[in-house]
Amino acid sequence: MNQVKCECGHVNPHGTILCEACGKIIEDGTQITAEAVIDMRYEGSARRSQTYNKSMIDKIWNFFSSVKVGVWLIIVTLIASSLGTILPQEMYIPNIMPVAEYYEDQYGWFGRLYYDLGFHNLYSSWWYLLLVASIGVSLVICSLDRVIPLYRALNKQRVIRHESFLQRQRMFGTTSGSVNEKSYELAIQQLKKKRYHIREDNGNILAEKGRFSRWGPYVNHVGLIIFLIGSMLRFVPGMYIDEVLWVREGETKVIPETDGQYYLKNVDFKLEVYDKEKDNEAFGDALDKTGMVAKNYQSDVILYKTKGNTVAGEEPELEEVDSSSIRVNEPLKFEKFALYQVNYKLDELSKMSFLLTNKSTSETFGDITVNLYDPEKVYELGNGYSVQLMSYFPDFEFGDDGNPTTKSKVPNNPAFVFKMFSPEKPEGEVSFVAIQQTIEPLGDNEYKMAFNGIETKDVTGLTVRKDLTLWIIGLGGLIFMIGVVQGAYWNHRRIWIQRKGDEVWVAAHTNKNWFGLKKEIQLVLAGTEINEPSDQLKDNQVDEGETD
Amino acid sequence: MITLSENLLYIAFVLYLLSIPFFGGAIKQKKNLGHQQNSSKSANIGIVISILGFAAQLGFFFTRWSIAGHAPVSNLFEFTTFFGMCLVGAFIIIYFIYKTPLLGLFTMPIALLVIAFASMFPTDISPLIPALQSDWLHIHVTTVALGEAILAVSFGAALIYLVKVIDQTKNSKSTTWLEVVMYGLIATLGFVIVVSAFSFADYKAEFNWIDKNDNEAKVEYHLPAIVGPNQGELLTAERMEPLVSVPGIINAKKLNTVIWSFGAGLILYAILRLILRKRIGAALKPLTKNINLDLVDEISYRSVLIGFPVFTLGGLVFAMIWAQIAWTRFWGWDPKEVWALITWLFYAAFLHLRLSKGWHGEKSAWLAVIGFIIIMFNLVAVNLVIAGLHSYAGS
Repeated sequence: MNQVKCECGHVNPHGTILCEACGKIIEDGTQITAEAVIDMRYEGSARRSQTYNKSMIDKIWNFFSSVKVGVWLIIVTLIASSLGTILPQEMYIPNIMPVAEYYEDQYGWFGRLYYDLGFHNLYSSWWYLLLVASIGVSLVICSLDRVIPLYRALNKQRVIRHESFLQRQRMFGTTSGSVNEKSYELAIQQLKKKRYHIREDNGNILAEKGRFSRWGPYVNHVGLIIFLIGSMLRFVPGMYIDEVLWVREGETKVIPETDGQYYLKNVDFKLEVYDKEKDNEAFGDALDKTGMVAKNYQSDVILYKTKGNTVAGEEPELEEVDSSSIRVNEPLKFEKFALYQVNYKLDELSKMSFLLTNKSTSETFGDITVNLYDPEKVYELGNGYSVQLMSYFPDFEFGDDGNPTTKSKVPNNPAFVFKMFSPEKPEGEVSFVAIQQTIEPLGDNEYKMAFNGIETKDVTGLTVRKDLTLWIIGLGGLIFMIGVVQGAYWNHRRIWIQRKGDEVWVAAHTNKNWFGLKKEIQLVLAGTEINEPSDQLKDNQVDEGETD
Repeated sequence: MITLSENLLYIAFVLYLLSIPFFGGAIKQKKNLGHQQNSSKSANIGIVISILGFAAQLGFFFTRWSIAGHAPVSNLFEFTTFFGMCLVGAFIIIYFIYKTPLLGLFTMPIALLVIAFASMFPTDISPLIPALQSDWLHIHVTTVALGEAILAVSFGAALIYLVKVIDQTKNSKSTTWLEVVMYGLIATLGFVIVVSAFSFADYKAEFNWIDKNDNEAKVEYHLPAIVGPNQGELLTAERMEPLVSVPGIINAKKLNTVIWSFGAGLILYAILRLILRKRIGAALKPLTKNINLDLVDEISYRSVLIGFPVFTLGGLVFAMIWAQIAWTRFWGWDPKEVWALITWLFYAAFLHLRLSKGWHGEKSAWLAVIGFIIIMFNLVAVNLVIAGLHSYAGS
């Protein structure tokens, strides 16, 4: 690689525009010399993307190192993201019919088109993920392409700068005639008061502060990369668990994905609503208008851990670990898991009771109570009376073939086929009993199962969550915030005070907030014989001030 | 106590309104003075009145907090008034850095408009649903509002920049788009006037209609129905019959309000143009005569630099932490979340264009305007139109 030696003696890497040490313009670019103020972006250092363009790797590197490409990627991602909010995403639509039908049914031809284009699942589409990944690649390459040369240039800068460098700074001014040493002393003192780091070389001064703010963008990009890596880790098996757990009151259930280690008992589920009388009276008007407003969803639960090793099929021995209440915003945490209150079902049928009744005399011969989760086969009533449960349909409907069947195991609409035995009918009579209907398939019966009440239980719906990526994502977010604050709330300022012949030259540069820099220069030079530098871009609309 | 709280908001509103002519007066006095000169007496009065107004609104905020038992940032009215207050607060701080009364002349009317807009929504103190019962409500929502308010100041500064820099002697794309922005602000005023007027007249018209699932439903309009609901049947006597009706999938009542607002905006705009006999931009231009372009550009840019991290913290970081606690996941592609991401991406692009592509001055000002439009879209349209998990914030 041919390196370039500047007249000051410093050897710069190929592609350097401004000498890293003295700032003299190195390239013979006539364009640059024509302008009054030099482009200070990246200190005019040699960036790989601006220097090489031969191999395939160079080309890919150059493509992604361009901020223009990066901004386009951001804009395209932004527009793509907005498209996904026109209609609800698939995860937010009710599960009542096939997805394609739902979109057409609700939103007509537009819904159909939306579905056909795949916009109903936009954020997990391959092209959206590709966009995000490209932004990630762009972040890495853009940062590497700039941060290394920038670091070199800032690290290697000398106090004494070339005349052409000073003259072409946005803030520049000269003072002719002799400037007494007291002025120098005062300026240095005032610079120090403003927390500048001062380097002196042969009576020349370089005052610098806030250089670390130049690293802000690169720090925040590192944070973003960590964040993106964290969100990809979710797809690694074992890192992320998202399960639903429905538990009825009184029921103890194994918590999924815990290898049978943990069990949860739902002691009680509570739904509370705001009460105009008891709660804050200020809510009165709002409650009158909106009606019922939920105040609390709460599951009182007991968490158990299995004791020792359990053989498959054997009831595990449980040991209570925790007893607490799960509420919205207050998940129950254990090990790496968290249980969240997300859903509920009130008053699910749990038991139904019936009276064995003589249809003509209305005389009863004892009652049976059917546990709808776990019914018994035979209910003995004594004195020669008994009832056999021949079939049970927890969620009854008539199937396509006209026979009764069950939609699910949940007792939403229980139906039973009973066989009633009595001294008069020792062979038994068959009766089909469902809610509000009775069918006697084998002719008229003497007895019936008269409905005698129900018991209900609430069911709580919990989300079982384990997310081992959270700390990485949090770390990425934290680093991003540090970087963005570092870059945005501090400014990198440099003031050069140099003796050139019998003149004193002052030049200054900042990466942003020129207004603040100007005020500071005023304060620093106040009371000295040194003239304030002037803004060479003032009243010039085509300004090219900021760098980075 | 509630009355006291509401009165404090009225007082704040009136004080904000009063401050405007003083900021205006300051500009007339300051012939040829740069920002470094001592600020004029008129500007001093203006800023004092603004601070008093801000204090009154703080009073409103904290009295309401103590009545409700939670920070009043839980519905559209409360959030939007708070946003207006943050805007005033951000302006006051930036005023003390840059001493530009002109910024007050542009920012205070925007803040007023924001608060007036907020007051069009139900102002009842509402109880918190379980998902909102968390300290993160205060932390997340206030930080977002603050971030957005600082970004809105950049819009105010950008507007000044555009008014000053755009050549009004001939018709151009720039003059047209500037008029579109002005019209947008005027249409918001139109919305406020129309809704207040008909609410004052207690206009109510009830309709029977058929919703998109073919169910019968009732709806009450508070504005005369230009657009009626699907197969609507007017129930209230002596009320205007709708001119057209829309299919059940479209929310006719909201569309009707939008049409009224834009219509009223158009009329107001036409009247203004007739009185002024020139573009609004051209009429405002003389106010910006003495302002230094570089300075407003810098104010606009610095507001973005200061606001962007605050917005990121509130709108994304705190939002994700709370979402993880309340909704079991830190990110769920809910429309409000997506639009916060879009806002963030947009300002990220803004900063890159400015830093690396040298988009200063006019280009940068237009970007600040677009950014503000995105923020307003997320505040208004996403709550009222798109609706998702955050829709409780609407009404």
